Amino acid sequence: MRDGNDVGFNPVLALINVLGLGAAMALPLLRVAPNRLVSGDPVYLAELLQTSLGDLFPGGWVVFMVAAMAAAIFGSTRRWVHWGVVGIAAAWMATLVWLAGYHASAIALTESPLARTALGAGFWTLIALSWLLCLDAVDRLQIGFLSRMVLLASVVVPMAIVVGRGYGDELSIMKEYANRSDVFASAVLRHLQIVATAIVPTVLVGLPLAWAAYRHARVRSLLFPFLNLVQTIPSIALFGLFMAPLAWMAASYPVLGRAGIRGVGLAPAVLALFLYSLLPVVRSAVAGLQQVPGAVKTAARGMGMGAVTIFWRVEVPLALPVLLLGLRAAVVQTIGLAAVTALVGAGGLGSLMFEGLFSGANELVLLGVVPIVVLAVLADGVFKALSAVLKGPAA
Amino acid sequence: MIEFQNTSKSYDGIKAVDGLSLTIARGEFVVLIGPSGSGKTTALQLINRLLDHDSGRILFEGKEIYSFNVRDLRRRMGYAIQSVGLFPHWTVERNIATVPQLLGWERSRIDQRVTELLTLFAMDPAIFRTRYPHQLSGGQQQRVGVARALAADPAVLLMDEPFGALDPVTRAALQLEMKRVHEGSGKTIVLVTHDIDEALLLASKVVVLDRGRVVQVGSPLELLSKPANDFVADFIGRADRGIKLLSLRAVEPYVSSAPAAPDAPSIAITATVREAVSCMAAAGVAVLGVRNSDGRVVGSVQAADLVLPARHG
Repeated sequence: MRDGNDVGFNPVLALINVLGLGAAMALPLLRVAPNRLVSGDPVYLAELLQTSLGDLFPGGWVVFMVAAMAAAIFGSTRRWVHWGVVGIAAAWMATLVWLAGYHASAIALTESPLARTALGAGFWTLIALSWLLCLDAVDRLQIGFLSRMVLLASVVVPMAIVVGRGYGDELSIMKEYANRSDVFASAVLRHLQIVATAIVPTVLVGLPLAWAAYRHARVRSLLFPFLNLVQTIPSIALFGLFMAPLAWMAASYPVLGRAGIRGVGLAPAVLALFLYSLLPVVRSAVAGLQQVPGAVKTAARGMGMGAVTIFWRVEVPLALPVLLLGLRAAVVQTIGLAAVTALVGAGGLGSLMFEGLFSGANELVLLGVVPIVVLAVLADGVFKALSAVLKGPAA
Repeated sequence: MIEFQNTSKSYDGIKAVDGLSLTIARGEFVVLIGPSGSGKTTALQLINRLLDHDSGRILFEGKEIYSFNVRDLRRRMGYAIQSVGLFPHWTVERNIATVPQLLGWERSRIDQRVTELLTLFAMDPAIFRTRYPHQLSGGQQQRVGVARALAADPAVLLMDEPFGALDPVTRAALQLEMKRVHEGSGKTIVLVTHDIDEALLLASKVVVLDRGRVVQVGSPLELLSKPANDFVADFIGRADRGIKLLSLRAVEPYVSSAPAAPDAPSIAITATVREAVSCMAAAGVAVLGVRNSDGRVVGSVQAADLVLPARHG
């Protein structure tokens, strides 16, 4: 479909727009509640456009964007149409935040200071659909990988500017942020710390393990069943499994306790995450080493390269792209799993999330979850970029 | 240069090479030929110690190969294999420079050598230096593979079915290039193949192997005119043995000064008898004109003479 689409009809674009229209009409963009603990009354996009903002907000802008989308659906397949779709999607995301923030400000002026304007299902759906629009359009532009990453990153810039200039400050999620801004930054840092202390040992232990598994079939046949078994244990169960032995160790050997090894906190969390991420890293490293062509290794030996030289100059560079895939999976998985470690007192963004869950404050949950998603997407992008750079010349 | 002395090598009790004795002199182009499982690749890999033999001895320049450091030994022997084995993550230049770099040559000397080798194989250095293997055709990859084997100017070149994966046209072109390289450099070449035509074209000495044993050693002419037994005769291709023999003979000794018919087709004096017969059959004539290097018709050949042994030369 990507090539030879001369008709100019774009079914993906059409579907997303139909879904978007449906979401805008059926799902509330906002929920306005008298305080943070009740669920609130729905406010739809149409209401926002008609009533509170009718004369202030140029409704024509929305009409223009809808019309432009319709034109793009049936329009030509020229490149500028795709650029236009990316631009409109970016503008649309910023507009949504701006609309929601504007309404929240109006509520804050008229209602009690406890009143909360929360982002509704409609808002999140429309943001997600806009993002899909961008992905599709960028895909159709068929540009190089790095340009694609830069373009996708710049799509969120208008939205970030709107938030940065304070237009969304009266929204519930931003109020939660304002309340927690002191702990938010440290929670993000803590989260990254958990991920790093799990991934760095994974790489340090995993790569030698992979090397051993690659060289010796026996190691392989013992290691992989064990790592697979670990993957099947639910994360909370695994944390629990470590708590007792670690607590015992800390009690028996005070040195360990002073070094931060305790039954709760970072130690059991990192240990579990380490074990979880070991499988993707080891498996991909072994797969990477195994796919190095035998002829290349024979030729290297035949030309008088030593085993060490062959390993570092031939096998490792050729295995690296596959290894990076596994490492990427491990890092993204660990960023997500690290949220659960809050349950054993490791802290991080998970603690915000669980605090919100236990107190029924949905916006606080989001304050924990959204940065986790962003971190995972960023990590994913960084690894993809790294693979693209590595592959660049030899692809 | 290389000498096998009653060398054997077994895998799981089966002898892949069985009591091989063979002397390869400096500058010879030796082709090891035989069906699958005849032990030809095993024999080749014993020379550069990719495999270790169980009994007997192998000498390189008069000394036991085990008296050399294994890496030094391999770096003194170029090695090229069928699936090329080029390093996919390195440019053509770096691939060719592999052994010189291992030997610690200076940058400028390596650059010069790469240029020289690419030129030798008719690949423009300006274009191909910085290419990656996947950007080359099969024939070009194989040329780079051979260039890489020649890079450090080794005295011996070991080649394991280097042209096996190529199409017939490319293979023929590369075979001729290989012949030219051998004649120009005087290197000792040991090549493994199962293609009898390749062996007859390239070899100064053909070694026919069957189940790890030498069946016959001889020049292409000896092989064709006096096959040692039925196995060799079958392997050469019993039915067209005579035709193959014709391709080893030059047309020159058969040329008489008697003029051919003015409208008769003509061939170059450097052609083989096989080409002359082919030309006669295609044109439906029994007499051909013969051109000298200037393209002038200087004589003729008769169909009846061509199948007889040469009168002189």
